[in-house]
Amino acid sequence: MHDQPTPEQLLDAVAAFLREQVVPGSAGALAFHARVAANALDIARRELALAPAAALREQAALARLLDADPTTDLLQLNRLLCERIAAGALGLDTPGLDDALWQITLDKLSVDQPHYESYLRSLPPATDQET
Amino acid sequence: MPDDIGHVSAGLQRLAGTLVAGARTVHDVRRLSGGASQQTWAFRVAGDAVDVPLVLRRAPAGVAERAKGTAGLATEARLIAAARDAGVPVPALRHVLRSEDGLGEGFVMAWLDGETLGRRIVRDARLAAARRVLARQCGAALARIHAMPLQGLPALRVGGARAERQFQLDAHRSHGTVRPVFELAFQWLRQHQPAEVAQPVLVHGDFRNGNLMVDERGLQGVLDWELAHLGDPMEDLGWLCVNAWRFGAIDLPVGGFGAREELFEGYAAAGGRLDIARVRYWEVLGTLKWGVVCETMAQAWLAGRERDVEKAAIGRRASESEIDLLALLAPRGAA
Repeated sequence: MHDQPTPEQLLDAVAAFLREQVVPGSAGALAFHARVAANALDIARRELALAPAAALREQAALARLLDADPTTDLLQLNRLLCERIAAGALGLDTPGLDDALWQITLDKLSVDQPHYESYLRSLPPATDQET
Repeated sequence: MPDDIGHVSAGLQRLAGTLVAGARTVHDVRRLSGGASQQTWAFRVAGDAVDVPLVLRRAPAGVAERAKGTAGLATEARLIAAARDAGVPVPALRHVLRSEDGLGEGFVMAWLDGETLGRRIVRDARLAAARRVLARQCGAALARIHAMPLQGLPALRVGGARAERQFQLDAHRSHGTVRPVFELAFQWLRQHQPAEVAQPVLVHGDFRNGNLMVDERGLQGVLDWELAHLGDPMEDLGWLCVNAWRFGAIDLPVGGFGAREELFEGYAAAGGRLDIARVRYWEVLGTLKWGVVCETMAQAWLAGRERDVEKAAIGRRASESEIDLLALLAPRGAA
């Protein structure tokens, strides 16, 4: 068993160090890259928190859409979906496809870019979103 | 790059009298941007009665390696000169580098005052009046570019909807990434591919917020001609509307500063012929292209060719392109 701080707390600590000390103490390219680095740590922290539940949602939605075994690995399901879309077997006229892709994409954005304007506009009103 | 600044300063110093009559010294040399292969520098050239700000664009000799599809700086210089003759707002060309100048390939042009940073152009209060006219001005500038006579232009690659879609598909396949939304977009593009244009015209190729010099009066310069090619004029209009260039101001589809109708009016009033379905096609293809570009940059990091944290982080921006593609192809009530 590992001690605290947890991975999330360590990521938080380093991101805060970059933003509160490195960025104000540097200029130009270094300040820019320090900001980018802090944002990258935030992505990792959000993924640790949000990805497990999102992966289960994605697996269930894709297995339903593809009529596949619900325990199929996520990468395998995504490959299968890509192949069927590329072959024209599934498309925007397939019932449920757009709903599944919207949910999966919103879950991705909640980790990758939760401040992206198109994402914020696409959220259902009055939900508690992790930022 | 401390060596670079000494080398560039010395080279410019030798050119002082050529660049500005009566000038003797070069000062305030500073690097503005660019990677190792292509650089932009600002500097001033001064004499007894003159002190002129100028800009150098250069690729050092030996770093001739070019990104796929770029025209090269000597070609870019000739295009800028031709665009100026055609009434397109561009910086005046001062000098095209010769081998004896010892600065590599490139050119010197006039310094333009103004703003190029996209997020400032969509937000700065100082530029509010500019935003009211900018989309129309962009339309007019694009109509003039697309009407430029091709004879006299340097040799350029010919592109079109089919070639561009295939280029992006090959790039995406080479990354080995698994993205159902991209597959959907590639399918849509294949099904909706327009006929190739009968008469390819000069296409700027990267006409977007971020490559426009803007001041309080609006558009002062169209920059970065390195992706110019011959093709479908609607490509430029579609690319200008891609959400990535709206910098969060997503209700103003033209670069985050204007309405499509303003762009179209400006284009038509300056003699351009619109095909709105094609503009939409190129907006979808452009949105996908931005996502593939994010993948390409991340791939360079994953393969160990690049070590910048920025290249690693940009891999997590390809999903922006996914949500924007869904909003275009499968819009929801709220999106």
